[in-house]
Amino acid sequence: MSYKAKFRVWRGEGGEGKLEDFTVEVNEGEVVLDIIHRLQATQTPDLAVRWNCKAGKCGSCSMEINGKPRLGCMTRMSTFSEDETITVTPMRTFPVIKDLVTDVSFNYQKAREIPSFTPPADVQPGEYRMQQIDVERSQEFRKCIECFMCNNVCHVIRDHEENKPNFAGPRFLMRIAELDMHPYDVADRKDSAQEEHGLGYCNITKCCTEVCPEHIKITDNALIPMKERVVDRKYDPLVWLGNKIFKRSTSKS
Amino acid sequence: MEIERHEYDVVVIGAGGAGLRAAIEARQQGKRTAIVCKSLFGKAHTVMAEGGAAAAMGNVNSADNWMVHFRDTMRGGKFLNNWRMAELHAKEAPDRVWELEAWGALFDRTKDGKISQRNFGGHEYPRLAHVGDRTGLELIRTLQQRVVALQQEDERLHGDPEAYIKVFQECTITRLLKDGDAIAGAFGYWRENGKLIVFDTPAVVLATGGIGKSYVVTSNSWEYTGDGHALALLAGAKLINMEFIQFHPTGMVWPPSVRGILVTESVRGDGGVLRNSEGKRFMFDYIPDVFKDKYATTEEEGDRWYTDQANNRRPPELLPRDEVARAINSEVKAGRGSPQGGVFLDVSSRLPAAEIIKRLPSMHHQFKELADVDITAEPMQVGPTCHYIMGGVEVDADTGAADVPGLFAAGEVSGGMHGSNRLGGNSLSDLLVFGRRAGAGAAAYVNGLAARPQATEEAVSAAKAEALAPLERTGENPYQVHQELQRTMNELVGIIRNAQEVTEALEAVGKLRERAQGVGAAGSRIYNPGWHLCLDLRNMLLVSECVAKAALIREESRGGHTRDDFPGMSADWRRKLLVCAASPDGSGVSVEEKVQPPMRDDLITLFDRAELKKYITEEELADFDALVKE
Amino acid sequence: MTQTTAESPARRQRAQIKERTLRTDQWWRYPLVTFLIFTAFLVYATWTLFDSSYFAAPYIAPFSSPCLATSCPEGARLFGLAPFGDWYTLSPSLLILVLPAGFRFTCYYYRKAYYRGFWLSPPACAVNEPHSKYSGESRFPLILQNIHRYFFYAAILIGLVLAWDAVLALVEKPLGLGTLILVINAVFINLYTLSCHSCRHITAGRLNHFSKHPVRYRAWGFVSKLNAKHQQLALISMFTVMGADLYVRLVAKGIVNFPFA
Repeated sequence: MSYKAKFRVWRGEGGEGKLEDFTVEVNEGEVVLDIIHRLQATQTPDLAVRWNCKAGKCGSCSMEINGKPRLGCMTRMSTFSEDETITVTPMRTFPVIKDLVTDVSFNYQKAREIPSFTPPADVQPGEYRMQQIDVERSQEFRKCIECFMCNNVCHVIRDHEENKPNFAGPRFLMRIAELDMHPYDVADRKDSAQEEHGLGYCNITKCCTEVCPEHIKITDNALIPMKERVVDRKYDPLVWLGNKIFKRSTSKS
Repeated sequence: MEIERHEYDVVVIGAGGAGLRAAIEARQQGKRTAIVCKSLFGKAHTVMAEGGAAAAMGNVNSADNWMVHFRDTMRGGKFLNNWRMAELHAKEAPDRVWELEAWGALFDRTKDGKISQRNFGGHEYPRLAHVGDRTGLELIRTLQQRVVALQQEDERLHGDPEAYIKVFQECTITRLLKDGDAIAGAFGYWRENGKLIVFDTPAVVLATGGIGKSYVVTSNSWEYTGDGHALALLAGAKLINMEFIQFHPTGMVWPPSVRGILVTESVRGDGGVLRNSEGKRFMFDYIPDVFKDKYATTEEEGDRWYTDQANNRRPPELLPRDEVARAINSEVKAGRGSPQGGVFLDVSSRLPAAEIIKRLPSMHHQFKELADVDITAEPMQVGPTCHYIMGGVEVDADTGAADVPGLFAAGEVSGGMHGSNRLGGNSLSDLLVFGRRAGAGAAAYVNGLAARPQATEEAVSAAKAEALAPLERTGENPYQVHQELQRTMNELVGIIRNAQEVTEALEAVGKLRERAQGVGAAGSRIYNPGWHLCLDLRNMLLVSECVAKAALIREESRGGHTRDDFPGMSADWRRKLLVCAASPDGSGVSVEEKVQPPMRDDLITLFDRAELKKYITEEELADFDALVKE
Repeated sequence: MTQTTAESPARRQRAQIKERTLRTDQWWRYPLVTFLIFTAFLVYATWTLFDSSYFAAPYIAPFSSPCLATSCPEGARLFGLAPFGDWYTLSPSLLILVLPAGFRFTCYYYRKAYYRGFWLSPPACAVNEPHSKYSGESRFPLILQNIHRYFFYAAILIGLVLAWDAVLALVEKPLGLGTLILVINAVFINLYTLSCHSCRHITAGRLNHFSKHPVRYRAWGFVSKLNAKHQQLALISMFTVMGADLYVRLVAKGIVNFPFA
C-alpha cells in the first residue's frame, strides 16, 4: 500500500529560502504531517514544523499545502494522486522563523487589543443563569482552535502588510462578535469593532470560512451579524431616530 | 555567549490548565509571574480533554455533593489516593468551575439555565460540566483569556501589559537551579532560536503534564516527555505512584498514523456500546466483584439506565477506565478483536444521526477527517492507549509544595490525588483546584522568604554545557533511541506486566541511557527539533526507569498497574506508596516503600463497612469498627 | 506574549515566494463564471430599460413592475396609480429598477461574488490580488454598502408587488404559462429577500437573549435556514426574474404566441 511521493517543501530561515524537492515514502492512512515527520526522521532532522496534538484540536500545524491553508494533521494523503507533487510552504501572512514555522505573534498582539469579557459587577460566580439557545451562537465561535489560518488567508493583511495595525483579522473580529453576543457581556463593542479593529476592511469574500478547519461559519455567523450590529449603531437613521425618541440606550436587549 | 536573564517571583513551567490557573493565582496575589511553555500559548495538551470537568454542583441531580464525589474518587483510585487531596478536590471543584464562568466560559446549560452536567465512568451522578465534547479547549481558552484580561488590567495600571504576568512561549526548561536546598531559578532555551535563558526565581511551579511520549500508542502529544517529573527528580524531589499509568480504553486504532488518539468516554456516557467481533456486548463478562452491585447485569437494565437512572444500574461500559481497558485487551488477545486490532464501539445503532452530531461533534469530525469513518452510520474501532500517569511529584495537598523548598507541582505532574486510577472528568477539575492551590502556595512561600536564593554560576554553566552538548556531537539519530524506548515501554511495561518483562525493560532502558549519551543533532540552533529531542530523551529515560522500577516492586494488581504474575489486589500493598528519588548525580533512580497515612476519621466513616472490607486490612477494619462504635 | 527577545531584521520577513499562488486547482473558474453570469445579467437589465414591450395583459415584466409612470398602460399600473406626472417620459423601469438593483448590489452574497469576479480582491482564496492599496468597506465609497438594510426594506415592497402581479395573473389567466412563471419567480424573489442577512439581523439576530423573545427566535431560526442558502437563492432568483421578464416581453412582442402562453 505504500508508495514514494514527490514533495516540495519550502526551507529557509528568516524569509530567505527556497522550495526543496524530496522523494519520501507514504503509507496507507497517513496525513501530510506524517510525511513531514518522516522527512525529519529520515532525511532532514532539522526540518522545522510546529505541531502538537495531531488530531486537529490544537491548531498548531497550520501550513499551506498546494497553495491552500490547511492543517498538516488533517490533510490526508489519500486526497492526492500518487504522481502529484505536493508543495508545502509556511503560512504567507506571517514572518517565517524557519522552514514551516512562522512567527504568529501578530495574533497574540491582536488578542490583547480586544477588551476582555465584561460581566455586570453584581453577578457572583455560581449565579450565572443562561439558556442554551442564548449561548449557542458564541459557543460556535469558541470552537476556534486558533490555528490562525483565517488571519493567514485574509487578503486584507495577506496582500497588504500595511493594514496589519488597523485590522484584527477574522479570528479576533469573531472574538468581538462572540463577546457582543454573550448574554452577560456589558461592554460596548460596536464602535470599536468598526473604528479600532477594522471590521470595515472586511469585504466578506469568505476565505476565512473556506479555510476554517472547525467549519465555523465565520463570515455568515460572526462578521456579517457584527457588521449589521454596527449598522444599527452607526448607519441606520431609523434606529438613530428611534433611540432619540424612545430613549432606548443600545441594541443590547 | 550571553545568556538572557529574567527575575520573577514565581515561574510556572507549563501553560496547560494547571499552569495557567497557578499563574493566574500567583499574579492575583501580587506576584510577578512568568509562564514558560514549550508550545504556543493556548496549545497545551489540556485542549485534548473532551468529556468535562467533574464538580459536584448538583445541577442535574441534586443528591450529588462533595462527599459522593469524594467517595467516587477514592473508589476509582482503589483507595490508594491521597485522601486529603481527594477531599479538597471534591469540595473546591464547584467553585473553580463557577469561577471559569465568570471569566467567560460558556458551558452547556440545563433547562433552568445552570451548567449542565453529564454522566461519566465511575461517577455516581451526572457530574461533568461540559461543552459538547471540547471541554478542554473551553477551559484552556478561558484561562488564556483570563491571563490576557489580567495583562490588560496591568496595562491600564502600570502601562505595561507584561509587568506582572508574562508568557515565554516555545521555551523549554532543562534544569532547575538551586541555592543550597532551595530553588533559586530555572535554566532553559528558546526553541525558536536556540538561545539560552535563565530565570532567577525563588519559586517554581511545575505543571508540565505527563509522560505519554515514552509509549508508542498514546493519546499524548510530543510535549508529554515527562519534563516536570525529571526536573523535580534532578532537583531532589520525590515522585510517588509512578507505576500507575492509565490506559484509556478507547483510542483510535486506525489509520496507523493516528493510532492512540482519543475517542472520548462521552461516546459511552451518551449510549455507545462496546462489542467484539462476534457482536457481543462483552463488558457484562468483566464486572469485577468490587463493583458487582453497582452495575447492570443485563443489557435491558443497562439500556433503561440512560433514561431512568434512579431505578436502574449503569451499564458496564461505564466501569472505571482501567477495567474497560483490560477487558478490551483480553478480548483482542482472545482473538475476538476487530479487523484492525481493536474492538467495536458503536453509537450509530443507538442514537439518531442528528443527535450524534449534536452531542459528539468533534468525534464525528475526527473520524470523518482522519479515518473516513462516519460514526453515525458505522461502528468505530477502538483500543487502549496510554493516556495519563497517576504518579508524579509528591506534594503537600494544601499547598502543592514538594519537599524541595520553593518547588511546587500541580496537575498531571503531581502525584497522589488519583491513587491508582483516575476517573474521567477528574483531571480538569484537578487542574483547577490544585493549580490554584499551587499558585497560592508559591505566593505564600515567597512572602515568607527572608532573602531571595541565588543560583550559583557553576550550576548555570553546568546546565549550559548539558544543553549544548548534543549540538557538538555527531552521534546517533535521537529519533532512533526515542523509538526504541517507546517500543520497550509499550511492549514490556504496558497495560499488562510481569516481573520478567519489566526486568527486561529495565535492562533495555539502561542500554538506551548509554546510547542517549552519544546522540547528536545536526543543523543550527534555530528551531532544531532533533536537538530538542536529544534533550528530552534524558527526561523520558529517567521517568521510564521510575515507572519500570516501581512496576517491578509492586507485587499486586491495582488500577493502572496490572501484573499477570500477581493478579489480585492486596490490602497490605494498599498501605504502601512507592517513592522514586534520583541518585545524587542524576544518573539513575532508586525506589523505596513508604507508608500511606491512614484516612481521617470523618472521611473513612463516609464509606460502608462492606465496601471498605474489599480494600483494607483486617487490622484497619478493626480500627474502623471501633471508630463507628464511638 | 510577543517573543521579541531575539530581534533580528531577517526574522521579521515573510517567506519570499514569488508565485502569486501555489494552488493547483482551477481557482480561476469561480471568478470567471461569476464575471460571465453577472455581465450577462447587467447587459440584459440595461436592455430592458430601452425596451417598451413590458406588458402583455395580464402579465407585467418583473423588471418594470411596479409601473408608476403615466406612460404605463392602464392595466399595468399598480392599483391604477401613476404618481409621477406627465413630465416623466423616460422608461418607467428606470424609476424602480434602482431598488432591486441596489438590493442585489449591496447584498452580502453579491458583494463577495463581484469583489472576487470583477475587482479580483481577491480573485480566489490564497491568490494575491492585483491592487497595491486596499481599504475595503472602511471608507467612501464602499462604506455605503452599509445601507443594504434600506434596500432590504424596499426589496420587501418589490417582492410584495411581484407577488401581487402573480396573484393578478392567477386570477385573470389561471391556466397561462406566464402565470406559472410569474408565480415561481415571485416565490423565489421573496425567498431570496427573506434569506437576506439584514433580515436575519432584524428578526432577532440583534438580540442577545433569544429566550426572552420566543416568537422572534423562531422566526430567526427560519430565516437562518434560508440564509444558509442565500447564495443559491440569489442565483436562482436572478435567473427566474430574468427568465420571467424575458418571457413576458416575448409574449408582448408576439414572439411567443399560443393559447396558454
